[in-house]
This record gives sequence, C-alpha cells and structure tokens, in this order.
Amino acid sequence: MQELSLNVLDIAQNSIRAGASLTTIRITERRADHFMEISVSDNGCGMSEEQVAHVMDPFFTTRTTRKVGLGVPLFRMSAEATGGSFSIQSKLGEGTVTTASYDTSHLDMLPLGDMTATIVSLISVNPDLDFLYIRTVDGESFTLDTRELREVLDGVPLNTPDVLMFITNMINENTAELTAADAGTKQAD
Amino acid sequence: MKSLEELKAIRDRMKSSVTLREEQGDNIRVVVGMATCGIAAGARPVLSAFTEEVAKRSLQNVTVTQTGCIGICQYEPVVEVYEADGKKTTYIKMTADKVAKVVTDHLVNGNVVKEYTIGNL
Repeated sequence: MQELSLNVLDIAQNSIRAGASLTTIRITERRADHFMEISVSDNGCGMSEEQVAHVMDPFFTTRTTRKVGLGVPLFRMSAEATGGSFSIQSKLGEGTVTTASYDTSHLDMLPLGDMTATIVSLISVNPDLDFLYIRTVDGESFTLDTRELREVLDGVPLNTPDVLMFITNMINENTAELTAADAGTKQAD
Repeated sequence: MKSLEELKAIRDRMKSSVTLREEQGDNIRVVVGMATCGIAAGARPVLSAFTEEVAKRSLQNVTVTQTGCIGICQYEPVVEVYEADGKKTTYIKMTADKVAKVVTDHLVNGNVVKEYTIGNL
C-alpha cells in the first residue's frame, strides 16, 4: 500500500463483508504532537476472541479464493513501523473497532493520501450502506454522515453522479479548511 | 462551502432521471475487484475512472460495483463486465488510462477490448 487511505479502504471493505450497515471512519491528528490515529469501526457481525487473535496472522483468512489475508497485517505494520500502536476490539454480534496510531514525524510514516477518493469509492459502490467520516485536525472537526444526506435526498441514490460530486467537493472543501486553520495557527505562532 | 440546500437542489433535479433509470433494461454490470490485492495494485483509481466515465456519458444502463478477491491476484486490478445476455469479459491489469477505451469500445459500442482481457495472455 502506497498511502494510508488505501489501508482504510481495505479495512472498511472488511466491515462491509461483515454485514455492517454503518461504518465509522475517524482520523484524528494533533500536529504539534506528531500524532495521528485512524480508527475504523462497524456494527457488523464481529469476531470471537479466537478470530481476533488469528486475524493478525497473514496466513489466516475467512475467504476461500486464497490462503492469505494481508489487509490487517499491512495496516498493523504501517502503524508499528512508525513506533505507533495497533489494536482490534471486537464482540460477536456487536461489531469491530480497528485502531492504528502513528508518529507522523517518523521516517517510515506513509502519507495519508487521498481520503476523499476512499470515502467516495466506498459510497459509490455501497449506496445502501451508511458511512460516518470524522476528520479532526488539532481539535477542529468535520463530519460527513450519509444518514443525514440520505434524509435530504429522499430516495435519490447516494451514488448518483451529481451527489457523488457534491460529496467529493464537500470533503475536499472541509479538509482544506481544516488544514488552512492549522496553517493559520502556525503562522500566528 | 457546500450546503444541504445545494443537495436539495440536486435531489429535485435528479428525481426525474432516477425514474428514467429504473425503466431502463439491458443492464451492464462493471465489477471491480476491491480486495487487498486489488486495492494495493491500483483498483481505487480504476473504480473512480469507471464511475466518472459512465457518469460523463450518462450511461443509464451501466452499474459500476465491486467484489472481493477473484482469485487471480497477480493480474489485479481485475475488472469483470457482465452483459444482459450473461456474457462475461475479464479485463486484467487495468489502469485508469485504459478505462475510457473500455467504456467507449465495449460498454457503448459492444466491442470487447481484446488486448486488455485475460484471454490475451
């Protein structure tokens, strides 16, 4: 994986396969502390303790098309390579929370990459599922909740081209604002 | 900044076209492999390119969707095209640059782009 947003897309696919109707993606950054945390949580079928123990093993997978499952190990590696941490909390029938934290100043820190493309890809091919995307930079937050959009759309699918364009612009504009706010603070310092 | 008012305007504009789409037959499904292998090989830009190209051409009979690992990881990104008559075409090692040709030649004009298919190996 060349950027962390691809890991996020991959882990969110696990949530979808687990039957989640709502997948929450949170990215929290504290730039002064060189800290970033990515968490993907869902209300899918969850895993037993035994499955959670196995899921870190690259040679474990629930699928039958191949014998390896590299998604979780790659995500874990991306965090631990920076001196960060990785955890999975899961309960059968309730869902799973996958959390990775990073030291963003580390030499092996991957770029976050294009999170807008990840969120829009997820929505475009899963228009009947809900996604909550919360991006926080130095205490300032932006939230995209497809449940709110769905209410406004009143039956118009979320993956309608104009709606996807609206979502793309909404995420890009808000992300730019979060970043600009951060730059402003730095300038003031 | 984008507002929900703007989304309401899109909703009102789209209501009629949604009805049109529901009445369309001859659906074609474009399925992009989005497992770890596909994503690592570049499936996300391929998926985006298909979504954009299909929207740009207003192809109401084409649905772009995803699947997990197809089992041929070495040929990812893999895209399968299912036509209404049950015919399936498997495109391998796809890139965003190849998408426009597949959409024009195959999805619009019905001619499979043989040089991109698994049969061309």
